[in-house]
Amino acid sequence: MVNRVVTGAHYGLRDWLIQRITAALMAVYSAALAAYLLLQPHLDYDVWTGLFSGQPMRTFTLLFLLSVFYHAWIGIRDIVMDYVNPAGVRLAIHVLVILVSLLYAIWAVQILWGM
Amino acid sequence: MDKEHPKHLALHLIQLPLPGFVSILHRVSGLLLFLALPLLLLMLQYSLRSIETYTQLMAILAHPLAKLLLLGLLWAFLHHFCAGLRYLAIDLHYVRDLAQARNSSKAVLAASLLLTVLLGAKLW
Repeated sequence: MVNRVVTGAHYGLRDWLIQRITAALMAVYSAALAAYLLLQPHLDYDVWTGLFSGQPMRTFTLLFLLSVFYHAWIGIRDIVMDYVNPAGVRLAIHVLVILVSLLYAIWAVQILWGM
Repeated sequence: MDKEHPKHLALHLIQLPLPGFVSILHRVSGLLLFLALPLLLLMLQYSLRSIETYTQLMAILAHPLAKLLLLGLLWAFLHHFCAGLRYLAIDLHYVRDLAQARNSSKAVLAASLLLTVLLGAKLW
């Protein structure tokens, strides 16, 4: 075996794991939400807002959305690292994705608690 | 590193094997969903804010082009969902050989298309 010196930022395993944990969480949330909505005989504004009126649902929805943003950041970063070579462009896309993700997170709180 | 023989990959000539096809669609669908995030958040906001914005949103979504866009995003979500479950199964060593890799790829493509048709028909 080659006595290889491991270099790098050592974020690989952590991100790999986070990507899967957030995936499992999103899968459970979206399957449960889809099942609930498909079982509603009349889906209208009152049923829809009623669903999001309680704190537990808002909390889990925010957790779902934060999972989406984190999961997407890891995925987009992997895609950019594979296909975008110029360091400047890569950095610009990374910064842009991080900034919009943070803005989306703030927006999600405003949507859920400002309704 | 040997830099004398650069490799030029003719991407349009490369025929991806089925698991590779599912993999690239997983990336494409993920990217599409990320790009659609502001639109999806805006829709959530309109649907929850008031009865007026809810009615407004429903009117916009009744347009055939809007339905087509939603159907595309529904497929992207379902493909990403099914292909993601397949990757979790691979991580847990449920997919062991080439035949299983191919069969599960076929299952992912078929299930996501079938679910898109079924849910699409249910919604419209």
